[in-house]
Amino acid sequence: MHQKSGFSPASVIILLLLLALTGFLGWAIVSLPIQGASLRTQVLANMEQSGVKNPVTAVLLNFRGYDTLLEITVLFLAVLGVWSLGTVQILDKVQPGGPFLMALMRILLPAMMVTAGYLLWVGAYAPGGAFQAGAILGGAGILLLLTDVRFASAMARWPLRIALTAGVSIFIGVAFGSMILGGRLLEYPRDLAGTLILVIECVAALSIGITLVVLYIGSRPSEADRGVSVKSNGKRKERP
Amino acid sequence: MSVSVLYSLLGSTLFSLGLYGLAAYAQLLRKILAINIMGSGVFLILVALAYGPGENSPDPVPHAMVLTGLVVAVSATALALALACRVQETTGSAQLPEDESD
Repeated sequence: MHQKSGFSPASVIILLLLLALTGFLGWAIVSLPIQGASLRTQVLANMEQSGVKNPVTAVLLNFRGYDTLLEITVLFLAVLGVWSLGTVQILDKVQPGGPFLMALMRILLPAMMVTAGYLLWVGAYAPGGAFQAGAILGGAGILLLLTDVRFASAMARWPLRIALTAGVSIFIGVAFGSMILGGRLLEYPRDLAGTLILVIECVAALSIGITLVVLYIGSRPSEADRGVSVKSNGKRKERP
Repeated sequence: MSVSVLYSLLGSTLFSLGLYGLAAYAQLLRKILAINIMGSGVFLILVALAYGPGENSPDPVPHAMVLTGLVVAVSATALALALACRVQETTGSAQLPEDESD
């Protein structure tokens, strides 16, 4: 913690270099052509065959579906990276909370579920979609993780792994399925495009939510938590 | 100067500030925060430039790219934080070693 105060020659040079970089970036932005480089017209001209009515969702899941497939894969890779660093006794982190936290959970959780479902559905027409819904599901999951022992111990069992991989799996399945049906990779059949996007988004939202909870835990849930029995009142039975 | 150019210049300033933080501090948490600030600058530029002058709807392609980028940034930050925790456990401090010659 020994930050030097005052201006040394090196810090002046760094400051000048940063100012030069900012100026250069600013110049690059200002000198961009005002019109012409936009893909807006192509997107809006092809909205008919995208299966949805929101241009951003159409770009994300249809025109540039490849990006989104890789993005979900990156989320999954981050989980694999975090899990490879070690395990954690997850139940040691859970404290069945005080009355305030429990009441907050009971009030917030249903509202969060409804909001997530709404965002998922509205993504076809307006800003919203799988990632926004997944973020809210992730928040709900973290709240549940902090207060509910049964949910926390479920983090160590196999359904978690299915939920984690479901988003990537169904996206890859649809990508290759559209090849089997005669198109190219990720080229959905035109009549089915809306349905396929909705299916992908539903599963992906669940996967993204679970992924965020798992990333919040920060390590692989220990196998030791798997067999913990939970009494009916939700309190954790003491382990020896 | 239109509003979107103003926001873009703010984005490039944020990028430079983040770059400074990334290079100047030895603490890993500060480096992770600095990378996030750099990313925010890039997202700000993309979102702002999607609004061209005189158009009432934004270009959807940069917006979709920002959504993609946000998710990648979140997952990279989570992995970086997990690695920083691991460094803290192993070496006792989440900080890069000081350069002897400094």
